[in-house]
Amino acid sequence: MEDSRRRFLMLAGISAVGLTAKPVLDAFAAEQKQHPTIGLKKAKDALTAKQWGMVIDTRNFHSADDLEPIIEACHKTHNVPSIENEHHEVKWIWEEHFHNAFPGLAQKYQDERTEHAPFLALCNHCENPPCCRVCPTKATFKRESDGIVLMDFHRCIGCRFCMAACPYGSRSFNFRDPRPFIEETNKSFPTRMKGVVEKCNFCAERLAVGKLPACAEASDGAIVFGDLYDPASEVRELLRTNYTIRRKQGLGTEPAVYYIV
Amino acid sequence: MLELAIKGSKKYYAWVAFLMAVIGIGFLVYLKQLSFGLGITGLSRDVSWGFYIANFTFLVGVAAGGVMVVLPYYLHDYKAFGKITILGEFLAIAALVMCITFVVVDLGQPMRVFNTLLYPSPGSILFWDIVVLQGYLFLNLVIGWNVLEAERNGTHYQAWVKPLIFLSIPWAVSIHTVTAFLYAGLPGRGFWMTAIMAPRFLSSAFAAGPALLILLSLFIRRVTKFDPGREQIQSLAKIVAYAICINVFFFLCEVFTAFYSNIPEHMDHIKYLFAGLHGKGSLVPWMWTSYSLMIISIILLVNPITRKHEGVLAFACVTVFVGTWIDKGLGMISGGFVPNPMHQVTEYAPTIPEILITLGVYGIGALVLTILYKMSVAVKEEVAA
Repeated sequence: MEDSRRRFLMLAGISAVGLTAKPVLDAFAAEQKQHPTIGLKKAKDALTAKQWGMVIDTRNFHSADDLEPIIEACHKTHNVPSIENEHHEVKWIWEEHFHNAFPGLAQKYQDERTEHAPFLALCNHCENPPCCRVCPTKATFKRESDGIVLMDFHRCIGCRFCMAACPYGSRSFNFRDPRPFIEETNKSFPTRMKGVVEKCNFCAERLAVGKLPACAEASDGAIVFGDLYDPASEVRELLRTNYTIRRKQGLGTEPAVYYIV
Repeated sequence: MLELAIKGSKKYYAWVAFLMAVIGIGFLVYLKQLSFGLGITGLSRDVSWGFYIANFTFLVGVAAGGVMVVLPYYLHDYKAFGKITILGEFLAIAALVMCITFVVVDLGQPMRVFNTLLYPSPGSILFWDIVVLQGYLFLNLVIGWNVLEAERNGTHYQAWVKPLIFLSIPWAVSIHTVTAFLYAGLPGRGFWMTAIMAPRFLSSAFAAGPALLILLSLFIRRVTKFDPGREQIQSLAKIVAYAICINVFFFLCEVFTAFYSNIPEHMDHIKYLFAGLHGKGSLVPWMWTSYSLMIISIILLVNPITRKHEGVLAFACVTVFVGTWIDKGLGMISGGFVPNPMHQVTEYAPTIPEILITLGVYGIGALVLTILYKMSVAVKEEVAA
C-alpha cells in the first residue's frame, strides 16, 4: 500500500513536470518551423512600410512651449496618465537636454543653440531592440511587417527586464493604477492597468486607419514620418540632404529615429 | 521523514511561531502591494529593480555556495564533508525557495507568471534563469532527501542518485552564471557590462554561502547533539578565505579597468557608489562599510591563528556575510541603474513596506531551512544513538 501510493505520487509528479515541459519544447520546435503567413486584413487606406522611421528637425524647436502641443497630442491620444510623483511618471515622448539625450555627443564647448534647445526623446523602434531580446514572454516584440516595437499589455508580467535593457530610458512602468490620472479618456485606445510596462508605439493604431502619428501631425512639419527602407520616401530624402544624428548608435541597436541638429 | 520536524522543544516551537508571524506580516503587506501596485516600493522609472531583485541575486549566490561542500566530497573524496553535505543541499533549497518568491513578489502582474511557460522565450536570459533555478531546486530536493533517507535506514543511497549529484555540481555554477548574464548582456549599462560579472557573482557566492554554513554549523553544535565537526568547519573557513580574497580582487580589477581607461560611462557608477555623483550619494557609507567588512574578514580568515579560533571565525563569517550582502544587495543592482541612461541621478532606497515584504520572504526561507535542518539533525541524532 505504502509503496503503491508512493509510486502514484511519483508518477503524478513526473507527469506534472512533463505537462509544463510541453509548451517549452514546442517553442524550440517552432524556431525551425516556417510560420504560415497570418492573414490579418488591412484596411484599404492603412499606411504600410518595411521599417517605419522618423526624422525630427530640431531646428524648429526653441523652447519647451514648442514641444508641449506635440507631447500633449501623443499623451492624450494614448491615455498616458499625468502623475506628479517623478518616480511613478509615465511618458511616451518627452523633453530632454542635448547632453542627456546624446550623452556621448555633448561637446565640452557646445554651441549655444543646441545647449539650450529642447530635444524630443521617445522609443527609437530599434532595428535590433534589446528590450525584445530580454522579454521572457514576448509581450514586447518587433512587428515583422513594419518594424514597430510593440507591447502586448495583456501578456506583460511586469518583470521590467525591458526597462533595464533599454539604453534610452524609453519605457515606463505602471507603478499604480493609471486610470485616475487620465483627465479625458480616449475611448478608441485602451487604458492600461497597474503592473505593466508601456511606451511609444509609433501610433500603430493610427497608421492602421491611414493616419500619421499624432506627434508628427501636431509638429507643423518638424517631425517627418516614413519608410526608412524606401529610397523614395520623404524621410530618406531628408536623410540624404541633411546631416543627422541618432541616440547612442554606438550600441548597435540601430535606432529608427533620426535628429537634424 | 517530515514527522521529525514536528517533534521539538518549546524553544523550537517559539521560533517557528516567530517565523510564522514574520511571514504573516510580510504577507499582509504583500496584499497591500497587490492591490495598490509596486508604487508602495521605492522603485522608480529610473531604478526599476531594487531590493527584491537584489536579494534574489544574493540568495542565488547562497544557493550556489552550497556546492562547496558537495564538490570536495563527491569529486575529491574528501570524506570529512560527507557528514555535512546535507546541510549544504538543504541550505540551497531554502535559498532557492526565497529566490523564486522574490522574483514573484517583484512582478507587476504576478498572476500572469505562467506566461513565461505559455510563451517560452529561449532568447530571454530570464527564461533560462527560471529553468536553471527550478532545476537546481529539484536536484537538491531529490538528492538531499534520498541521501538522508538512506542514512536513516542505514543503507547506501540508490545508484540513480549518483549521476544527479554529479550533475548538480556544474548546475550550481550555472545558476549564478545565468543570473549574472541577466545583467551583463545589457547595452548601455556600463556598470554591469563586464565579462567578469559571472566570476564576481560566483566568488561572492562561494564566500557568502559557506560563511553562512559555518555559522549554521556552529549553531547546530551548540543546540543539538549533532556536531558538524571542527575539521569540517575549518575546511569551510579556508574556502571562505580564498573566495572572499578573489571577490575583492575581482572588484579591484573592475576599478582598474574603469579608472585607468578613464571612460566616464564606466567610472560614473563606481563614483556614485563610493563618492557620490551630482551631489547624491546615499549609498556611499554603505559601500565603504561593505568593503571594510570584507577587508577585515580577509585579515581574520587568512591568518591561521585567528581562523582557528572559532569565536573569531564566527565573527569573520558575519563580516563576510554582511559585507557581501551590502555589496550585492545594495550596490550591485542600484549601482547599475544610477546614473540612468540619460546620465541623470535618481536615487533609490527601499520603503518600509518593501522591507517588511522582504523580511517575510526571508521568513519563508528561514522556516524551510528550520524544518529541513530539524529533520536532518534528528536523523543524525537517531543514527548516532
